Amino acid sequence: MASLAGLARNLSKQKIIWPILAIVVLFLFNLIVIPDFFRMEWKDGHLFGNLIDILKNGSPLIIIAIGMTLVIAKEGIDISVGSVLAISGALAVFMLNGYPLWVVVLAGIGAGLLCGLWNGMLVAILGIQPMVATLILLTIGRGIAQLITGGQVLTTSNKAFQFIGKGHLLGLPFPLFLAMGVFLIVYLFKTRTAFGLFLEAAGGNKTASSYAGIRPKVIFMTAYTITGICAGIAGIIISSNIASADANNAGLWIELDAILAVVIGGTSMRGGRFYLGGTIFGALFIQSLTTTIYSLGVEPSSILLVKAVVVIIVCLIQSDLFRQSFKLAKKKVAAS
Amino acid sequence: MKKVSLKISHNNIIVLATLLLLFILYGSGAALYKGFFSMQVFLNLFIDNAYLIIVATGMAFVIIKGGIDLSVASVVALISMVSAALFQQGANAFVVIFAALLIGTLFGAGQGYLIQRFQLHPWIVTLAGMFLARGISFLISTESIVISNPTFVLLSQHKIYVWEKNFITISVLIALAVVIAAILIGRYSSFGRAVYAIGGSEKSAILMGLPVARTTITVYTLSGLFSAIGGIVFTFYMLSGYSLHLMGMEMDAIASCVIGGILLTGGFGYLIGPTLGVLCTGIIQTIIMFQGTLSSWWTKITIGFLLFLFMAFQRIIVMRKEKSALPASKNKPNFENKVVNL
Repeated sequence: MASLAGLARNLSKQKIIWPILAIVVLFLFNLIVIPDFFRMEWKDGHLFGNLIDILKNGSPLIIIAIGMTLVIAKEGIDISVGSVLAISGALAVFMLNGYPLWVVVLAGIGAGLLCGLWNGMLVAILGIQPMVATLILLTIGRGIAQLITGGQVLTTSNKAFQFIGKGHLLGLPFPLFLAMGVFLIVYLFKTRTAFGLFLEAAGGNKTASSYAGIRPKVIFMTAYTITGICAGIAGIIISSNIASADANNAGLWIELDAILAVVIGGTSMRGGRFYLGGTIFGALFIQSLTTTIYSLGVEPSSILLVKAVVVIIVCLIQSDLFRQSFKLAKKKVAAS
Repeated sequence: MKKVSLKISHNNIIVLATLLLLFILYGSGAALYKGFFSMQVFLNLFIDNAYLIIVATGMAFVIIKGGIDLSVASVVALISMVSAALFQQGANAFVVIFAALLIGTLFGAGQGYLIQRFQLHPWIVTLAGMFLARGISFLISTESIVISNPTFVLLSQHKIYVWEKNFITISVLIALAVVIAAILIGRYSSFGRAVYAIGGSEKSAILMGLPVARTTITVYTLSGLFSAIGGIVFTFYMLSGYSLHLMGMEMDAIASCVIGGILLTGGFGYLIGPTLGVLCTGIIQTIIMFQGTLSSWWTKITIGFLLFLFMAFQRIIVMRKEKSALPASKNKPNFENKVVNL
């Protein structure tokens, strides 16, 4: 028994356990309330079901959340991802008339890269606070996207382009493979290159790492650029999934979901260590929550309310002060 | 502002730049378009933006304190929704106004308590507040509800003539009263001075024995109250309750503060600033309306560009201040000042 308790204690120190636990609790709830939730079917050569939907619809969120993790690890934030996503999607669908697919995809990702560089420049070189610096692109971004689409919802019937968001590979949705690819690249980047180490170091303590010879500016620029690229990829996936570009609504509020995913995943808003695996499960948890609410038949609008409550609970649990006050109350009870 | 501040210095250069921008924008509008230079066009700026002036002024307190409040737009929408729903139940107009103010105040106080007591990030807490307020208004109804209460209609349509046929509405008077009250609070109350002190340096404020906890909670409460007043004024303006009212307006409020010279790192800014910022964005909107062929998204792009200019401007001033303040430590790397947490 003692070893079991010890194991539990060790596990609870692993940050990744919390989002997984949250998903397990949610799925247990689903198992009881919606027995049909886990049913899967094999139709037209690929799998169908709620779980597949979670993976498919969650892919853009996972990709953006990975980028957001890098930025938050640097004690920053990027609230412009939703607008960048809209720009990239709008540009991709707009360019489909007359350009080959690979140019279109590169242009979408390139737009994300430029936006990321712009954010990085404002934060690293001009030294503006990250939230405010990215606020500029949040405001302008949707304007630019509308400029590209001419204020209309552009649609496309290009089958090859639609495969990116809608297609299936080995019976699984294609966006999932993209998300896994992005995760692998960033993970290898973090563990196998010096950059990853520098990233954590510069997020932990800027002054110390600058004395150690790391140039925080370059690291900051890189982190924001990667986030921009991630948003660009997500923009292409989303616009391809709905076969259209909607400058106003594409990726609306996805920045909030992404930040939530990162925080649930155990990465602190104060920078330092970051947990890519935790972020992925955080994103999956949010997507599962959304899908659950939809399949419960509750009005989709109430999802905001649920998310608000979840955010506050997660933040309170992560707050040292909250846990301390809890412990103090326990001790008082024990003493009396 | 007193005589002293007539001299251009670090302290007032941003506000002066905003004023200059205001004149340039208004002047170019008047030069380019016929009928732009009329009293009513100018007064309409106040009538159309009264709610934003009030909300941005509340936001200014939070930003000067060194925080942020993202929930303001949702609170305004919630107030419009609650008043519409209460009117459907046949409530009295003054009961509705009282309830609205109470909701806003409690909402702000709750956020302030969470932020102060558990040292949570204001960004995350007010984000949750934003979700919560929108979620509640969605729960009340997803449809738009029209308000036909006679008192509200009267308050909304009553015209106060200031010059021959040119008029303002009661909302404008409320907005001006709020701004004057805010300036007086910021300048002459101990609470106002504490807000500036905490924004400058929270540690020093604690060491000075200022009531940091109380001030923090009060600041967010004040922002909630101002959002509620803004919500009532906005309800006068729209005469309807709708849960999707004013999506993204919190960013407009923040932008107005920045353009009005409120330093986003906290501790500095004139409370007249947000009003000037709102007027700037209002004039841009009017110019685009008069122009006729430009699409509405150019407003967003222009405001974003202005935001960038003013932010860069702020940075340069702060950098120069730091340099003149620390001549001895010029060679030392000074990273902790460069990127302020969020």
